[in-house]
Amino acid sequence: MEHYNMNLTLKIWRQKDAKAKGGFETYQVKNISSEMSFLEMIDVLNEELITEGKDPIAFDHDCREGICGSCSMYINGKPHGPWKATTVCQLHMRAFKDGETVVVEPWRANAFPVVKDLVVDRSAFDRIVQAGGYISVNTGNAVDGNAIPVDKDKADKSFAAAACIACGACVAACKNSSAMLFVSAKVSHLALLPQGQPERKSRAINMVAQMDKEGFGSCTNIGACEATCPKEIRLTNIARLNAEYLSAALTIDREN
Amino acid sequence: MLDAKIPEGTLDHVWTDYKGHCKLVNPANKRKMEIIIIGTGLAGASAAASLGELGYKVKAFCYQDSPRRAHSIAAQGGINAAKNYQNDGDSVFRLFYDTIKGGDYRAREGNVHRLAEVSVSIIDQCVAQGVPFAREYGGLLSNRSFGGTQVQRTFYAAGQTGQQLLIGAYQALERQIALGNVKMYNRHEMLELVTIDGKAKGIIARNLVSGELERHSGYAVLLCSGGYGNVFYLSTNAMGSNVTAAWKTHKKGAYFANPCYTQIHPTCIPVSGDHQSKLTLMSESLRNDGRIWVPKKQNDTRKASEIPEEERDYYLERRYPAFGNLVPRDVASRAAKERCDAGFGVGTSRQAVYLDYGNAIERYGQIEAGKKGIADASAENIISMGREVVKEKYGNLFDMYEKITGENPYEIPMRIYPAVHYTMGGMWVDYELQTTVPGLYSLGEANFSDHGANRLGASALMQGLADGYFVIPYTIGNFLADEIRNPPTSVDHPAFIAAQKDVEDRINTLMNIKGKTSVESFHKRLGKIMWDKCGMARNAQGLQEAITEIRRLKEEFWSDVRIPGAVNEMNFELDKAGRVADFIELGELMCIDALQREESCGGHFREEHQTEEGEALRDDENFMYVAAWEYRADHDWQLHKEELKYEVVKPTARSYK
Repeated sequence: MEHYNMNLTLKIWRQKDAKAKGGFETYQVKNISSEMSFLEMIDVLNEELITEGKDPIAFDHDCREGICGSCSMYINGKPHGPWKATTVCQLHMRAFKDGETVVVEPWRANAFPVVKDLVVDRSAFDRIVQAGGYISVNTGNAVDGNAIPVDKDKADKSFAAAACIACGACVAACKNSSAMLFVSAKVSHLALLPQGQPERKSRAINMVAQMDKEGFGSCTNIGACEATCPKEIRLTNIARLNAEYLSAALTIDREN
Repeated sequence: MLDAKIPEGTLDHVWTDYKGHCKLVNPANKRKMEIIIIGTGLAGASAAASLGELGYKVKAFCYQDSPRRAHSIAAQGGINAAKNYQNDGDSVFRLFYDTIKGGDYRAREGNVHRLAEVSVSIIDQCVAQGVPFAREYGGLLSNRSFGGTQVQRTFYAAGQTGQQLLIGAYQALERQIALGNVKMYNRHEMLELVTIDGKAKGIIARNLVSGELERHSGYAVLLCSGGYGNVFYLSTNAMGSNVTAAWKTHKKGAYFANPCYTQIHPTCIPVSGDHQSKLTLMSESLRNDGRIWVPKKQNDTRKASEIPEEERDYYLERRYPAFGNLVPRDVASRAAKERCDAGFGVGTSRQAVYLDYGNAIERYGQIEAGKKGIADASAENIISMGREVVKEKYGNLFDMYEKITGENPYEIPMRIYPAVHYTMGGMWVDYELQTTVPGLYSLGEANFSDHGANRLGASALMQGLADGYFVIPYTIGNFLADEIRNPPTSVDHPAFIAAQKDVEDRINTLMNIKGKTSVESFHKRLGKIMWDKCGMARNAQGLQEAITEIRRLKEEFWSDVRIPGAVNEMNFELDKAGRVADFIELGELMCIDALQREESCGGHFREEHQTEEGEALRDDENFMYVAAWEYRADHDWQLHKEELKYEVVKPTARSYK
């Protein structure tokens, strides 16, 4: 792989806090190595800003290996930037050319209010999980791990859905700010396993209800979420959620 | 001498007897007792969920925006359990034995045996929660091998086992939050431990969004804050992983044990330049199928593909025929360093060795051809079928490698080099996981207890979950049963007011330095000192130099650090400054500890103490103890020893040959 250095113009969203009105600021960065990650490039800029006595750019990041789901920014209008199936922290600068202008923004969705600069509040996702994204089993109640065989195909599909990192890119990519891909991944993860059966109906209904309450939009089957998802969560999960929800809504026992 | 308070009895009955006799807290009293938990990784989340289920009132804190982002999520390879599902000779005793041996006879028998016992329940619990472990076609759980063992006892979910286990614990935690048993404080950092009459009674935490300080009281505090590998600046830890919470408790009386025991993981993607902010691990599971080699010729600049088979040195297979590429991490890391230092390294930096899948791809390809009955498969066809198999097993790791390096590991061997990964040292705890401060417990990587001087692969996830799901729910009751007579502590108690003032003063001092140098550059300098002088190989002279350099760095930090922004707002630089200040102090203690341990054991390699073949040379006569350090004043620590008694396992020279 040929390495090269580049100079870039960055237009980055700055916003002091949740209440402030934000705006773009323009920065120049020089001699950026193509081997750096995108976040390391922002580290370089932040070091310069600190040296100049200015406030560095606030952004969420932690593991920097594409699994914690912290990082969350649009790069040139795309959540997580130009590479397929990649989080911002795994995006490397060889994706860019010398002299390019790069626009960086926080997730845009009513349910994800901006906290500062590129940092947003995604606690809505936690609340959706609280509504039913679990199997109610207290510690110590479990039978032997091999007591219930699980169809390998279903276990694999369940895992593929459970690989969601809750970064919120699906919401950010959607013109309706829908959280259907996230919710469907969790519902699918648990509905595909025998252990998830007892709460299957209430889970689908309660998680969807919470999703609506949080102010996420509706799904209109565009598929931008799937195209953007860094973990390649499939759209078929949304189809499964629709089926789960419909069947639950028709058959759940509401007597009391 | 410190007493670990391991109950009397034969090793395989101790834990059962303990559970049968420990004190209990009745449900009505549990509802009145608040427990504070710091950190929501595997240990913290599993403890918070389990204690919430029992009826305690739990307050859990994490610095991330959600508990699901704790760094346990990044663990790749797997979790060990003595299930013996493979019928290959595994047992609780063998897992116990492998862990003690793997730890180079510097771990406590009682704790490790308990760990091996509860390992089987962890798998059951996780399956019940819906953790989608890998399975065979018959629907049963799949296993693989990991370093330092000769059985297949590792359960896994592709290369994302930590993620799946953490999501299981996180979901259990979220359920308890929904039920009102746990209150979650995201984006909060613990900045002080509050003690009253020597007992842990609460914490001072900073809300990282508003910058406000908060007082929280409880009947016990559980430190589940992870390891301190970021003292080296570059490590496989998350950017935010830090020692601050643990360090605050250390300065309030909790002993810090074996700080110099750090694990350098052999298979990480090498450093590419000065801009590097963190290192990425390539799972140890890759050593199951990959072969590690360097050229036989020094300073060989040919491409890997141009080096013929007979000119490759598969040095692990050569030096350790019995375990080959599956030797434990400390052994594999040192062997890589030895080859690179001797001039056999590869890549532009010469600080790397090859991890090659060429053989494995061919082998799997041939198996596939056999399965499909293709007798005359072409070489190309075999390779393409083999790649598919490798992709299914390790696809996400190979993709990650390609994203970072821009090279395709299906075609060119991966370049790897050791990197700081895990810290075996941590808060000293007794059998009940209680630190030297009554009411203060430590779980998971934050404590020191189970891995001795070297941790075996797939054992960290096991320990974190063992502590949280199956140990603390019992042991904490034994303490709290005697506390029910005491009323809850008011946060207006003078001890809380004084602790808050200390935190305020420290923050204001940091902000008012207004120097010229960024926090990051201090952290980098600390990391370089630690890596060069307290890293994979250590010697007395280097350690002494390091101590002097770290002291100088500390002075410079406190007179020249520049923190932009204000206190009462989200200020990541301020957060980082507090953490780096603590790392600097810890770095000094690590060097002091490494200096006093005049032997080599596990991850601690003193150049003065090695065999003629360059293997670690222990000194059981003089160093078979846990070094637990008591903080007395700046630069002043008192060493306390806990003698390690081996009643079941007989320590021998650790051999993987």
